[in-house]
Amino acid sequence: MLEVRSLTQRFGGITALEDISFAVAKGDITGIIGPNGAGKTTLFNIVTGLYTQTAGAVLLNGKDISNLPPERLAPLGLVRTFQNIELFGTMTVLENVMLGLHTRSSSGILACMAKMPWHLREERLIRKQAYEWLDFCGISTLAEQKASNLPFGRGRFLEIARAMAVNPSIMLMDEPAAGLNNRETGELAALIRKIRAAGVTVVLVEHDMELVMDICDRIIVLNLGRKLAEGTPREIQENPAVISAYLGEG
Amino acid sequence: MLSAYREIVKFLLLVAIVLLLPLLIQEGYLLNVMVFVGIHSILALALNLLLGYAGQISLGHAGFFGLGAYISGILTATYSINPWAAMLAAATLVTLLAFIVGFPILKLKGHYLAMATLGLGIIIYIIFNEAVDHTGGPSGLSGIPNLSLGGFSFDSDLRNYYLIWTFTLVAIGLSLNLVNSRIGRALRAIHDSEVAARVMGVNARLLKVQIFALSAGLSAVAGSLYAHTMTFVAPASFGFNFSVELVTMVIIGGLASIYGSLLGAALLTVLPEMLRAFQDYDIIVYGLLLIVITMFMPGGLVKGLPGVLTALRRKAAKEESGDA
Repeated sequence: MLEVRSLTQRFGGITALEDISFAVAKGDITGIIGPNGAGKTTLFNIVTGLYTQTAGAVLLNGKDISNLPPERLAPLGLVRTFQNIELFGTMTVLENVMLGLHTRSSSGILACMAKMPWHLREERLIRKQAYEWLDFCGISTLAEQKASNLPFGRGRFLEIARAMAVNPSIMLMDEPAAGLNNRETGELAALIRKIRAAGVTVVLVEHDMELVMDICDRIIVLNLGRKLAEGTPREIQENPAVISAYLGEG
Repeated sequence: MLSAYREIVKFLLLVAIVLLLPLLIQEGYLLNVMVFVGIHSILALALNLLLGYAGQISLGHAGFFGLGAYISGILTATYSINPWAAMLAAATLVTLLAFIVGFPILKLKGHYLAMATLGLGIIIYIIFNEAVDHTGGPSGLSGIPNLSLGGFSFDSDLRNYYLIWTFTLVAIGLSLNLVNSRIGRALRAIHDSEVAARVMGVNARLLKVQIFALSAGLSAVAGSLYAHTMTFVAPASFGFNFSVELVTMVIIGGLASIYGSLLGAALLTVLPEMLRAFQDYDIIVYGLLLIVITMFMPGGLVKGLPGVLTALRRKAAKEESGDA
């Protein structure tokens, strides 16, 4: 599904990622873990088109997407969420999700200005689908709220609803549990499983080990810009290199 | 659905005001001021789509306004082309020009974009002054015909008032439709978080350029209307100062508010006329008023005025209950 080949990223003299390779299988939930500064977010930013890598390639379903900007990736079915949720604060919750359906509608500026009938039809359809995704994430009661008024945890779920609206085949989540309380983290785990059940492959960067070990099928461990280990949660928990990276030499 | 209903009522109310206003002000001078309020409203609206909704500054919009006026003026006065055709040509040409120029310029952000658009406006202004053979140079271009429909010529203040405000109302209606559509959502999304908008598949760069072109084209229509109502154009109307005034109208009225553009344009057009009483000090009073408004109504008139009204009403209610 998603394949990363010999990815290297340098910022000036600093090497953030060095020769990273891995593959994500369709339908899996894959966790990427590692201590702070391991290069997890850099990796995400490259895969999702925000950065351009120094060397290496990213393939989605066999197609090289290395140099595509993010707006070209959404139509290909690749979306992401952000560590510090990036909502459209001045818009309502519903409008946020409707924006997620942007690529699934096509009325141009003139059609919108003139309220052409096909534009109105499209608008009704988008609204209906947006409500369905709010339902999917369990936040449809908040539809008319302004997004900036949401508590952080609800904002996270809204971000996921908005990403689902893009109709992705793969979703990358950057620390989805950050800032959530225990109850919300439980809801998140259930939601991520539901997303996978809906046919979406999930890749997540996460610090919450309990969550990662609980929901992930495979785990990739990064340390200081290199891939340290890869395997099932059990294999990772027993890997001496991983243990020493997390706990220090001992 | 209720909010859609309210939108329609609001718009119809505006239409009624526009239709009935000439009953109150029959005086030619005031009517003429209202003509300018209409033209400035179109301009503020055009700039607000770019500045308020897409979040991109332009300090060169007076240039697009001027291009519209001059293209219309030259085509009709020099080449005797039908004024409506000239208006269409002006709008099309300026839209195309802005679309082409927009790609490199809108790569820039913030202060750099402000500088680039400022430069563009100045270049256009210099052309008006220097291309004397075509534009008449600093002394301007005269003999521009009025617009006419069939045998009906828009040559009086009242006729111009209805002509201009028909355009203004149509521009307001179209803009309202636009900002409440998928395009409007995409624009606001770019403003709130460009990176998230792009991840959701919004082609931010293309959309910014399209809105820039639309905004410029609408300004050019305002320019054409200006040329055909004034029947005379000169470079001084399209300089840097006027670009800044347009930005002020948008900010004073309220960013990302269609009706705010109308309020801002009305205030900044009517205020200088009202301040004539202060004679030489009018510019000082004008400046002070703008400072006070921006300080106490940071969201613009459209957000600030209701607040002021409720405060006044509360104060009145308090005094009443105090008396009793």
